[in-house]
Amino acid sequence: MKKSSIIGIAVIAIAIVIIISSAGDASSYVTFGEAQELAEQGRKSEIHVIGELKKDTEGHVVGISPSADKTSVQFMMVDDNGKEQAVFLNDPMPQDLIRSEKVVVVGAYKNDMFVASKVLLKCPSKYEEKALYEEKAL
Amino acid sequence: MIHTGIGNTGHLFVIISFVTSLLAAFAYFKASNAGEMGNQPWIKFARYTFYAHTVAVVSVFVILFLIIKNNYFEYHYAWSHSSTTLPLNYMIASFWEGQEGSFLLWLFWHAMLGLVIIRTNKKWEAPVMTVFAVVQAFLASMILGTVFGDVKLGSSPFMLLRDVLVYDTVFLINPDFIPPEGTGLNPLLQNYWMVIHPPTLFLGFATTLVPFSYCIAGLWRRDFKDWVRPALPWAIFSAVTLGVGILMGGYWAYETLNFGGYWNWDPVENAVYVPWLILVAAMHTMITFKKSATALKTSIILVIATFILILYSTFLTRSGILGDTSVHSFTDLGLSGQLLIYLLFFVVVSIFLSVKVWKEIPSSEHEASTFSREFWIFIGALTLVLMAFQVLVPTSYPVINEIGQLFGLDFNLAPPANQIESYSSKQRWFALAIALLSGTGQFFFWNKMDKEKLVKALTLPIVFALLISAIIFVIAKIYNPVYILILTAGVYSIVANATILTGLLKSKSYKLSGGSVAHIGIAMMLIGIMFSEGYSKAISTNTLIISNEWSEEDNSTNLPLFLNEPKQMDRYEIVYRNELVKSADIPGFIRKSLLDDTQDAFYKIVKQPIMKDGELLADKGDTIYMTNPENTYYQIDYKDLFNGKTFSLYPRIQRNPSMGEVSSPDIRRQWNRDIYSYVSVSPEVEEDIDWGEKEEIKLKVGSRFYVNDYVADLKGLERVDEVNFLDLGPNDVAVKATIYIYGEDNTRYLAEPLYIIKDKNVGKQPDVVRELASKITLEEIDPNSGSVTLGLNATQKDFVIIKALEKPHINVLWIGTLVMVAGFLIALRRRYLEFMKMRDKGLG
Repeated sequence: MKKSSIIGIAVIAIAIVIIISSAGDASSYVTFGEAQELAEQGRKSEIHVIGELKKDTEGHVVGISPSADKTSVQFMMVDDNGKEQAVFLNDPMPQDLIRSEKVVVVGAYKNDMFVASKVLLKCPSKYEEKALYEEKAL
Repeated sequence: MIHTGIGNTGHLFVIISFVTSLLAAFAYFKASNAGEMGNQPWIKFARYTFYAHTVAVVSVFVILFLIIKNNYFEYHYAWSHSSTTLPLNYMIASFWEGQEGSFLLWLFWHAMLGLVIIRTNKKWEAPVMTVFAVVQAFLASMILGTVFGDVKLGSSPFMLLRDVLVYDTVFLINPDFIPPEGTGLNPLLQNYWMVIHPPTLFLGFATTLVPFSYCIAGLWRRDFKDWVRPALPWAIFSAVTLGVGILMGGYWAYETLNFGGYWNWDPVENAVYVPWLILVAAMHTMITFKKSATALKTSIILVIATFILILYSTFLTRSGILGDTSVHSFTDLGLSGQLLIYLLFFVVVSIFLSVKVWKEIPSSEHEASTFSREFWIFIGALTLVLMAFQVLVPTSYPVINEIGQLFGLDFNLAPPANQIESYSSKQRWFALAIALLSGTGQFFFWNKMDKEKLVKALTLPIVFALLISAIIFVIAKIYNPVYILILTAGVYSIVANATILTGLLKSKSYKLSGGSVAHIGIAMMLIGIMFSEGYSKAISTNTLIISNEWSEEDNSTNLPLFLNEPKQMDRYEIVYRNELVKSADIPGFIRKSLLDDTQDAFYKIVKQPIMKDGELLADKGDTIYMTNPENTYYQIDYKDLFNGKTFSLYPRIQRNPSMGEVSSPDIRRQWNRDIYSYVSVSPEVEEDIDWGEKEEIKLKVGSRFYVNDYVADLKGLERVDEVNFLDLGPNDVAVKATIYIYGEDNTRYLAEPLYIIKDKNVGKQPDVVRELASKITLEEIDPNSGSVTLGLNATQKDFVIIKALEKPHINVLWIGTLVMVAGFLIALRRRYLEFMKMRDKGLG
């Protein structure tokens, strides 16, 4: 066999290994229902859930409660299927949480609680909604 | 008054820059097709158009900066990125905080590079500048902000605030309203690195266009070989600039964020790392081509891929597609369609041009021998490509999901939950291979090799490398087999390259030493990363349970420190001393408890005279200005128990309106490690303190009492005429008690509670001494007996919880970086001189 063929085969092999191993590491976007099923099946790997904060009829965010020492926060989230779920984040509350229009939580179920290790927030684009006088946090 | 003129002028210049770039592209295209060179008509016209374009771009740049500098908050860009309180250097940083500003920066660098090319290379000017001008047209269109029919092209930085916030009631009432203050620059970005990191990075981005343009020009003219000579020095320059730009970002993260490292494998970081690797691969194959006329096709593919990947990374970070995966991509300006067209245009043009002429591109007939440098450099380049591919795949998940949806497939791929581990565990194997190849490859590069010679050449370096790394891993106690391999490979690369370097220096070929120097730098970086990341460990160990909600690991690696109570950590005795702030009016830090708030967060009133070395810096009652009132520093004193040496670290908490509470580390740099410490839980803000039950005592002036177990003296009572935040009328009375409290180390603290009668109502203003966790209220004054009643409250003592990490041998990484840069510069000089020599012979 020619050397170039050997190299070619090796490269393709490595590329396939890369793709397979990356796919193995990939997390997935699921709903809370699916996440709970996964947890019940005993899978502990972290997954992504996309949703919004729970809001009352007037559109006010409800169900955010920071812990007494402010080191962690718990909030209510509604996923794309409309399922409500309490999420616990072991970090101080991200300031933009209330303003966010979309929330992605990365984590896993522990009993009935979804414990997030990371929260990504998507805030309204600056052209849509940014009041002239935002309350400064100072 | 609204300054509409300046914005309209700016917008006009944007339009001019767009139109001139189109004109220049057309004229250069004509010139190129006519094979023009020098001062022929099309080329002359094109050149002047490009000059006009440059003038327009520079004008836009200057105008936008003036809008920011003059605080014209009627403009959305100034309002949303700057504020009156920003010093000049951060106004510069706010210029490129936004998308429009960073596009402008990019346009600016391209324009400058275009001028350099026009000056230095007449032979290639026409085709190269055609590509430049087309790219400029695309970029200018991104900030055009003009509507054509239904399509809005680009987002202009010169939008008036009232045109952006059309529905805001303020503007419905008064269209000429100008906000007095902007929303300011994100305090996290108020850092010197943010002044120079973006320009460096964008210069890196911009310079990738040069080799690409030469390559396209070569294919277009069917001059397949000669483009490499002028392109090579640019490729090297681009690789070093982009590399330095990326590392600056990492260094900023290390100093400012608190994830404990310099690299987070965030999609935004990956998006520039991937093209950099490909660019480095391209640079290597171009060098082989220059030496032995092989690898031309590979070079063409890699040079094109570099530029396309830069466009791809622009698309990823600016289109909003990363929204669910990255914490810090730009805000979506609705440019995704335009960005996609920009990307696809160059993909299609490059593929079309390459395919058209592919068969005509010369390639060597025989296969490279396993003992040739071409073979090994090719393997090295291939490794870099695979290394990049491994990062590219997971970073592209959002794109893959989107494409899947087009075909009705739901891939549902989310980025790895543990990003750092997922990437590092794979990248390290590639890095290991690179170290081995860069060591061995050098022997092939400089000598003709066969089996015998190879064994002879490699024996000594291998023996030395094994010996040295054995010593290191015994001393440093490295038992992890993967790390042992990485260390050995790194040391081998250093030894092998040093051997080559010695040879070169002996023969006085200094100017050829770039490669070996750069490789030594890379190997040092690898070793530095292995130590500082692999052996980073928490030294703030603790056996107390801080919070039941915390994991065991968090509980055992965070150390609570009560004010003035020493604790032992690692080889230090550490004490939390003070909560500090910084003012523009006073050098150094100021104790926060010495200052009183005013209505304006930027101004504080001095409560007690501030002295330093016997000099009065601010007197009681003075108002001082805070540049960054959101910053609080926590002084932690360290005393080395081995040698008694002391130092202080000042980790920072930033109460940042857009990011929440952000903790930044302070780093103690030692020769063999960094001590990286940050505040993981800061003291509670005043309003949230639980003061417990109030104890009331009755006493006379001059008597002694105890508050929170500290000795205190009631020194006196006096009537005061002025009180902060209150206007006292002629019938109002305010009385102040002066109380001294003595803390642990015999520091005297002053408490001055007030008793106020205003409009016949009684008001009490207690005074809090945070350091002693005490609050004293003047409850009652009995003029008959001359005694007063004090209300005393105590609370938990002030504390911080810190986390401290040891980062061993991180200096090897930073020194390695500098060595690598030096190597690049040596190589750059050599290739540039070669190009100049050939050009002056008329070979361009």
